[in-house]
Amino acid sequence: MSNPQQLRYSKEHEWLSAVEDGVATIGITEYAANALGDVVYAQLPEVGDTVTAGATCGELESTKSVSDLYSPVTGEVTAANQDVVDDPSLVNSAPFEGGWLFKVRIAEEPADLLSADEYTAFTGN
Amino acid sequence: MSTAPRLTALDALHRSLGATMTDFAGWDMPLRYASERDEHNAVRTRAGLFDLSHMGEITVTGPEAAAFLSYALVGNIATVGNGRARYTMIVQEDGGIVDDLIVYRLGETEYMVVANAGNAQIVLDALTGRVGGFDAEVRDDRDAYALLAVQGPESPAIMKAVTDADLDGLKYYAGLPGTVAGVPALIARTGYTGEDGFELFVAPEHAEQLWRALTEAGAPHGLIPCGLSCRDTLRLEAGMPLYGHELTTALTPFDAGLGRVVKFEKEGDFVGREALTAAAERAETAPPRKLVGLIAEGRRVPRAGFPVVADGKVIGEVTSGAPSPTLGKPIAMAYVDAAFAAPGTEGVGVDIRGTHEPYEVVALPFYKRQK
Repeated sequence: MSNPQQLRYSKEHEWLSAVEDGVATIGITEYAANALGDVVYAQLPEVGDTVTAGATCGELESTKSVSDLYSPVTGEVTAANQDVVDDPSLVNSAPFEGGWLFKVRIAEEPADLLSADEYTAFTGN
Repeated sequence: MSTAPRLTALDALHRSLGATMTDFAGWDMPLRYASERDEHNAVRTRAGLFDLSHMGEITVTGPEAAAFLSYALVGNIATVGNGRARYTMIVQEDGGIVDDLIVYRLGETEYMVVANAGNAQIVLDALTGRVGGFDAEVRDDRDAYALLAVQGPESPAIMKAVTDADLDGLKYYAGLPGTVAGVPALIARTGYTGEDGFELFVAPEHAEQLWRALTEAGAPHGLIPCGLSCRDTLRLEAGMPLYGHELTTALTPFDAGLGRVVKFEKEGDFVGREALTAAAERAETAPPRKLVGLIAEGRRVPRAGFPVVADGKVIGEVTSGAPSPTLGKPIAMAYVDAAFAAPGTEGVGVDIRGTHEPYEVVALPFYKRQK
């Protein structure tokens, strides 16, 4: 698998898009999606919610387990992907594209987000 | 345990297929190859190929093999015909379930007991400890076999392409020796998926040849390799118990709703008879908890150990839960107080991380194949 170069990554396996007008798109990586297996239920933060970097803001449930969803940045949620709520398998089939999870107007971002190469090394691939 | 996981004869093949592996009862086993939902659906509608080499085979031979097994197990093994198989259990003196088993009668005085991987050593030790006084021998054959399973409605057609054995004459819960894809095999019509299917016991050195032949013969029928993840959702939909979940040493077969496997009418004593006689009576007069099915109204998935609740009180516990690919909803098996066990009982829910999600109580199984 390859992690897109234009994204940044957290050690909790979220990705963060380039920031546009202060807003970034967030999802989970292909590595994380593969580890989860088929995602069957996604509970996402709601528009207007405040999310905090490194804190849980939802959950992703797969056949075998449930995983907390973390936000890689602090800010206000401006969108949640209703397509994923309706069809959680998008997280598996297109984790970096149609399977995005939510968008955040960034108030603060941690200094330790990883580049694609760093994240690839972090996951040992 | 700190020991390295055991590898099946097909380990390299699984890795070449890109399998996600998992530790299961000390074995490194395929969890899934790609999507576990696709694997599940393949078995329900077409066919799937499994490596089940972690299962524990124990051979019992000798003039008194049948009498011994009828003493050591709860079933009446003396009535198992040559070439037939029986689902049964081994219990402690106090009636607690040690394991559920399939016993295959391979010959006049030869039986193969197949135990769950996690219990194989315990079952072997128990059988060895109980054989004294019988003219019978217990042999550890765990390393003598690899076990492959072809499961699903297309499995007879696939098998016919690789064997001349009389499959039409091979009924459910029967087994016969034969040649499959050029290798000697014990062909059994058994499984753990709720579908028609075959389990093939072969020498480990023949496992890869057999796997490849079945993959090739199965391709036109839609057969795909399947991992343990879908095996779990398949057996759950079919209402089949899993040791460590629905079955434990704290439960008797009667507590688990499987009292039918206990044959009091058989000749002679058997381990657990006294305790099970009392357990059977208890189940009749004052059943403590009953095993039921639960179907979610929402989408959050119940997991083993989650409390089952009603009127704000805990009335049971989930033993297995998963999103059901066939039903399209989360399902669970759970032990609940008898007062809440009737299908359709109102007001039952599962406590999913603090939230009480509504669930419908149903009779098991969730899924039954059309014959």
